[in-house]
Amino acid sequence: MRALEGQFRNPSGCAISAVISKSGERMSGEKIIESMKPMHERSNGLGGGFAGYGIYPEYKELFALHLFFSDKAVRHECETYLRGELELVKAEVIPTRTIPAITDEPLIWRYFVTPLRSVLNSMQVDENEYIARVVMHINTSIKGAYVFSSGKNMGVFKAVGFPEDVGEFYRLEEYGAYSWTAHGRYPTNTPGWWGGAHPFALLDWTVVHNGEISSYDANRRCIEMYGYTCTLQTDTEVITYIADYLLRKQGLTLEETAGVIAAPFWSTIEAKPEAQRRELTYLRTVFPSLLITGPFSIILGFRGGLMALNDRLKLRSMVTAEKGDRVFIASEEAAIRAMEPDAENLYAPAGGEPVIVRVKEGCC
Amino acid sequence: MPGIDYFYPEFEVVRRDERCIRCRVCERQCANEVHRYDAERDMLISDEAKCVNCQRCVSLCPTRALKIVRSDCRLRENANWDGDTIREVYKQAASGGVLLSSMGNPKPLPVYWDKLLINASQVTNPSIDPLREPMETKVFLGKKPDRMTRDAEGRLKTDLTPQLELSMPVMFSAMSYGSISYNAHASLARAATEMGVCYNTGEGGLHEDFYRYGPHTIVQVASGRFGVHEDYLEAGAAIEIKMGQGAKPGIGGHLPGAKVGPDVSRTRMIPEGSDAISPAPHHDIYSIEDLRQLVWSLKEATGHRKPVIVKVAAVHNIAAIASGIARSGADIIAIDGFRGGTGAAPTRIRDHVGIPIELALSSVDQRLRDEGIRNNVSLVVGGSIRSSADVVKAVALGADACYIATAAVLALGCHLCRTCQSGKCNWGIATQRPDLTKRLNPEIGSQRLVNLLTAWKREIMELMGGMGINSIEALRGNRLMLRGVGLNETELRILGISHAGE
Repeated sequence: MRALEGQFRNPSGCAISAVISKSGERMSGEKIIESMKPMHERSNGLGGGFAGYGIYPEYKELFALHLFFSDKAVRHECETYLRGELELVKAEVIPTRTIPAITDEPLIWRYFVTPLRSVLNSMQVDENEYIARVVMHINTSIKGAYVFSSGKNMGVFKAVGFPEDVGEFYRLEEYGAYSWTAHGRYPTNTPGWWGGAHPFALLDWTVVHNGEISSYDANRRCIEMYGYTCTLQTDTEVITYIADYLLRKQGLTLEETAGVIAAPFWSTIEAKPEAQRRELTYLRTVFPSLLITGPFSIILGFRGGLMALNDRLKLRSMVTAEKGDRVFIASEEAAIRAMEPDAENLYAPAGGEPVIVRVKEGCC
Repeated sequence: MPGIDYFYPEFEVVRRDERCIRCRVCERQCANEVHRYDAERDMLISDEAKCVNCQRCVSLCPTRALKIVRSDCRLRENANWDGDTIREVYKQAASGGVLLSSMGNPKPLPVYWDKLLINASQVTNPSIDPLREPMETKVFLGKKPDRMTRDAEGRLKTDLTPQLELSMPVMFSAMSYGSISYNAHASLARAATEMGVCYNTGEGGLHEDFYRYGPHTIVQVASGRFGVHEDYLEAGAAIEIKMGQGAKPGIGGHLPGAKVGPDVSRTRMIPEGSDAISPAPHHDIYSIEDLRQLVWSLKEATGHRKPVIVKVAAVHNIAAIASGIARSGADIIAIDGFRGGTGAAPTRIRDHVGIPIELALSSVDQRLRDEGIRNNVSLVVGGSIRSSADVVKAVALGADACYIATAAVLALGCHLCRTCQSGKCNWGIATQRPDLTKRLNPEIGSQRLVNLLTAWKREIMELMGGMGINSIEALRGNRLMLRGVGLNETELRILGISHAGE
């Protein structure tokens, strides 16, 4: 029997792309889909996906759970579980378009939910922690159900297929987001499971990633100490959990988080001014097992912004550019030109140098 | 009953007379008095019965006239009753004594390091060339905080409990002054300082000359408390409580009185010529809460400026023991496997007590993770780490650093003859006889140790680069980088690795 996704390591080559409007203007999904076309060669049809932020303004106070189900029975089982744990405000099929390029789709649903205040109080956790636990429970314990998006006013859309087809399948032109990220996957193994496509998401964090990290098992075994369970054995999954742990649970800033996962070399740290040197030394000393080595370029999506980051040797290509209030990030300049032919200020961030773009306060 | 205790010597001295120039180097060099010049016959003759095969005469014979070979005059072969076993029965029948041995367990028990294979990058991610790219081996040992705190301005508070900084994940393991010579200690101390790592005093105190190497010294507190006083505790970079040793779990250290000369006596704070037999347990530690008290007492005594290491032998229940230690306030746990060396141990204990370090390390690292307390402590493993490949495998299984001692004394000239307990080490290491100790030149000794660590560091960097890893912390606990060969399901499960080909 062939192993299923999650039962083995599945290194992938990839294409990534993103756009954000600093003024919070909503953009349809058409441009981000366009950006993936010139990078077609970077995917192999075994996974594509998108994340959009600001797409559910009418439900922005609710967590939007996107789920795959293998069949109806699983959906009923999962819905029974959800009703027991959360207030279920709305449940619906995620609209899709039938196209020849995308086949064998599972049942794809979304639920707008909110945790019950009384439950949070009695468990002494905040709503984010509670939702994270619900997601972990479903993904590890309800066979055939998989939560692939769980943030507020944002959503992930992914499938087995080329990214441009995935975008068409999910009718992304009908959504308006102030930031979009996209991913095309080139897995070296071919189980072809929809949950294995990227972006990978937990709460508001989404990660698109190109690379194969060599620190994987050190990172996985560390992060699993803190209540995360890596079910997919992919880099993107573990990077997302690391981001959630450092940003949400430890309260680090984005810059500090970059200083952990793409820590500067000791020789670089020693050359820094005293205060910075102390801080960077501290972060490397305290979180040695969350350093990520090996090639990666990632775009971390969060509420109100994006962070692009390369591994410290810059072993994967990644460029940024601007035009007006838009900032573009992609594996290749060609992808940016597909979104904005007149993009300016093209820049290749150095290894380990975080590029952080935020939407203006109050615009998202 | 004549002849009943006699057995033909284990080794034979083969001397090619046509090469021998009667220089008598062999005679002068052998503290065991194997060689003797017979003036009447103008020839050198040998008493093989005294030979321990330390190779000193072989190495120094200017004409290569000598070799030591294993005797072929042996008892009738028997797979169950092998020659050594029978000899030991004879010895005990004659003496009524406990057999003593030295160095690590020589029995053909499994060496798991040799059944682990290391990964390398191919195609999907690049290997990294340590000649052209930075490659980091620095580690910090000590407790890591669970929670970040910030000051009023929102800046991270960067104070940490004391950490031991090492330029590479290798330290010299505990060998006491007394069991080894002044010059051996000088060599270790200088090399540790030059390499930015640490050596360990063992349980024999710290000679006054070596206080200046304090920042690279781990001072040990063992059950005999030899040489322990306030200045000693203050002198080191870290304090190690020795609860056990891999070569002799369950018993204390042994130093024969013959090795306790004036200098050793002063350093250990014991009378000259007295045997230094440490008690089997610490008599103030009969349980885990007692250990906690000693850990905190030592911290209090040194103003909480030194990390405290608790060293234990790898025994059956090591995961639970380590979990207890991790909650005791210790900053570092050192685990010593059953193949660890010693200057003297009862043979039966050395050869039959304890478990392999590879399995102990794997189960401890996993248990501490399962309990979410892995960051409370660092893990140091020893007994026996023989090469840079063993270091890489240990780190990948989850060790923060390794202790080496046998490899270090080999670098100083030890030929592993396993008779340290006699105090007649011809290489000047495990002896206190001035005519022998002067054979070890600390200048050269420390340089050889520096060479060894430098070579290992280069090899570690090559192996890491091959895996596409450019910092040792990304290797720590990275068990996907290992595969097993010829291991059964249980062994693979304990090691937490897949079989090669999976």
